[in-house]
Amino acid sequence: RGVPYQTVTLIHQSMVKRLPEHVQVDDPAVVKRLAKKLERQQIPLRSDYGYKVSLFSHLHQYSRKAPLTQLLSIPSTVIHPSIVRLGLQYSQGIVAGSNARSVALLHAFKQVIRDYTTPPNEELSRDLVNKLKPYISFLNQCRPLSASMGNAIKYIKKEISNIPSQCKEEEAKTKLLTCIDRYIEEKIVLAAKAISKYAIEKISDGDVILVYGYSSLVNNILCEAFEKSRKFRVIVVDSRPRLEGREALRRLVQRGISCTYVLISALSYILPEVSKVFLGAHALLANGYVMSRVGTSQIALVARTYNVPVLVCCETYKFCERVQTDSFVSNELDDPDDLMVTRKGKTQLENWQDVSSLGLLNLVYDVTPPDFVDLVITDLGMIPCTSVPVVLRVKNLDQ
Amino acid sequence: MPGADKETDLTERIEAFLADLKRGGSGTGPLRGSGEMARETTYLLRRITAQARWSSAGDLMEIIRNEGRRMTAAQPSETTVGNMVRRVLKIIREEYARSRGSSEETEQQESLHKLLTAGELSEETFREHFVHLKANVIEAINELLTELDGTTDNIAMQALEHIHSNEVIMTVGRSRTVEAFLKDAARKRKFHVIVAECAPFCQGHEMATGLSKVGIETTVIADAAIFAVMSRVNKVIIGTQTVLANGGLRAVNGTHSVALAARHHSTPLIICAPMFKLSPQVFTTCSLSLNDVNSCFPVLKILSKVNVHCPVFDYVPPELITLFISNIGGNAPSYIYRLMSELYHPEDHKL
Repeated sequence: RGVPYQTVTLIHQSMVKRLPEHVQVDDPAVVKRLAKKLERQQIPLRSDYGYKVSLFSHLHQYSRKAPLTQLLSIPSTVIHPSIVRLGLQYSQGIVAGSNARSVALLHAFKQVIRDYTTPPNEELSRDLVNKLKPYISFLNQCRPLSASMGNAIKYIKKEISNIPSQCKEEEAKTKLLTCIDRYIEEKIVLAAKAISKYAIEKISDGDVILVYGYSSLVNNILCEAFEKSRKFRVIVVDSRPRLEGREALRRLVQRGISCTYVLISALSYILPEVSKVFLGAHALLANGYVMSRVGTSQIALVARTYNVPVLVCCETYKFCERVQTDSFVSNELDDPDDLMVTRKGKTQLENWQDVSSLGLLNLVYDVTPPDFVDLVITDLGMIPCTSVPVVLRVKNLDQ
Repeated sequence: MPGADKETDLTERIEAFLADLKRGGSGTGPLRGSGEMARETTYLLRRITAQARWSSAGDLMEIIRNEGRRMTAAQPSETTVGNMVRRVLKIIREEYARSRGSSEETEQQESLHKLLTAGELSEETFREHFVHLKANVIEAINELLTELDGTTDNIAMQALEHIHSNEVIMTVGRSRTVEAFLKDAARKRKFHVIVAECAPFCQGHEMATGLSKVGIETTVIADAAIFAVMSRVNKVIIGTQTVLANGGLRAVNGTHSVALAARHHSTPLIICAPMFKLSPQVFTTCSLSLNDVNSCFPVLKILSKVNVHCPVFDYVPPELITLFISNIGGNAPSYIYRLMSELYHPEDHKL
């Protein structure tokens, strides 16, 4: 009799959510509120750069040449040095990719916890959470948090607030460090192993597999399949301006896998040869849409036209309760200067800032509708795209 | 002797043209626009008509056919050359028929009667000599040249019929025809253009700077973002390299993805292509001969153990296309075969 009542309240809690600040840049009241909050936390406010396309005026657009750390005083008294380093690595793109960013974040938090001492008359469970808030704001300013990072932070905050008050500091800190290690081990490392196991069943000899950009998980799967002596070859599709496919290509060729490399515009040319498409994901949304690197939806669309199966590989810790139907409402705008390129000695867009009617758009993510995706391989098994809310519900009940 | 001089001069020019064609294909991307190519070819054909030695229409057609074969062999991807050769051959046939007195109309009608009596027509050998044939042919070629000069303007004049205010238009890469089309509409209407840059050569950047200089709100996006932005696009207007006989396209790399994305969002796909790009080839699959696999030095500098593909053209099937806008007006893709039968004679399809 008690259980149905509890589940109803759970649903209510998750429904009431405030819209995050980073998708309300066009609302001056919200911007002012954020500025005040950052001032209180003694974190500098990062300013937008360049002409923003009107469709995306609600999002931030930063320049890589003006990192937030330049506005900080050295040494910073408010922000832990490992967090400052992490923020810089994020904003310069040195640490990129959903898994890499989450793992780096967790390691930085471990360092913070190690160096933490409870001030007198304070409880660790409350004070540590308050200490982490400005760090999270700072990292958000350096680069908007990813869904996986959001889930990791939620987990840490929950673990910290669950520390009993009579627990001694050293004991509490070791407990937290083991929790974080276990999270990384379970949700990322072991999940990757489980996903590889399922995915390798789907790879047969003679397959031609298409991958897009660099996904650590998909690369892992391909390397393990190659080790288990499956005979296949890989086509790596890449796109400007990030050109992440080169990294994937390098790693695959190092293992000895035979690879082909094309740009995304050559997709229709290369797809008739392909037998399967493996894609990584940045997050899986509750309405079944897959949020991934921009270009993924295009690959899924063209693959669907040629009747090639599309398999998305995603760990469950990236599942997100948000819903989204297009790539506009919530996205990330990268440095627009990245689109500039020099061909035949001429850089056409060199002075794009001077031309008032010219804008450059460098999107980072896009959402793929679930009808383009045939299967999602997670650590819990192989599910269709539409079963994501079921998994989320199961996870919520567990916790 | 003046005759010999003229002949050597002619052969020199033909050789120079062929060398130009060969060189144009080995560079990184087309050296010249198709319009220029068409005009140069027609000038050369006019010169051949004027300076070569021939006595009957059949001889002239043989000469032009031979030269045409050499030109298309020099640069197979440049289809406008072959198209112009076929146009000129049709002009010669028409002028010959006119000189003979028979109306060209009766010959063209694809009636059952004609099919049954096909045996008679193959007797046509074009051997009669007419005094004014040369002058007539040259005059007709001059008319063709006037038509070529006015194609871009003719297409641009139709812009206001197709673009309304506050539209978002997407285009891919760089097309001089589409640029003129959009600039003409921008004189009277305000709209927004999204240009996909078209890697690896990124011709889209040049298009965007050109459009923004006349005050059109332009945004440059990467190729990967085409599907992501397509939901906000009202129309897709692109140019093409060739229009095939079945109404399909042979267009720059990446156009097929754009067409599929447009169909998914039910966005109309409009092609601005002048009539000289119409080519009597039919491809149902994108065979390797359709693409020039370029040297990909802008794409990858490192590994030698990797296959790199860098196709230049894409095949777009006619089902994905909504409208063709050409210098003679707007047409549906299903009508292209009919237009082609008016431009070229069936026997000239294979040079």
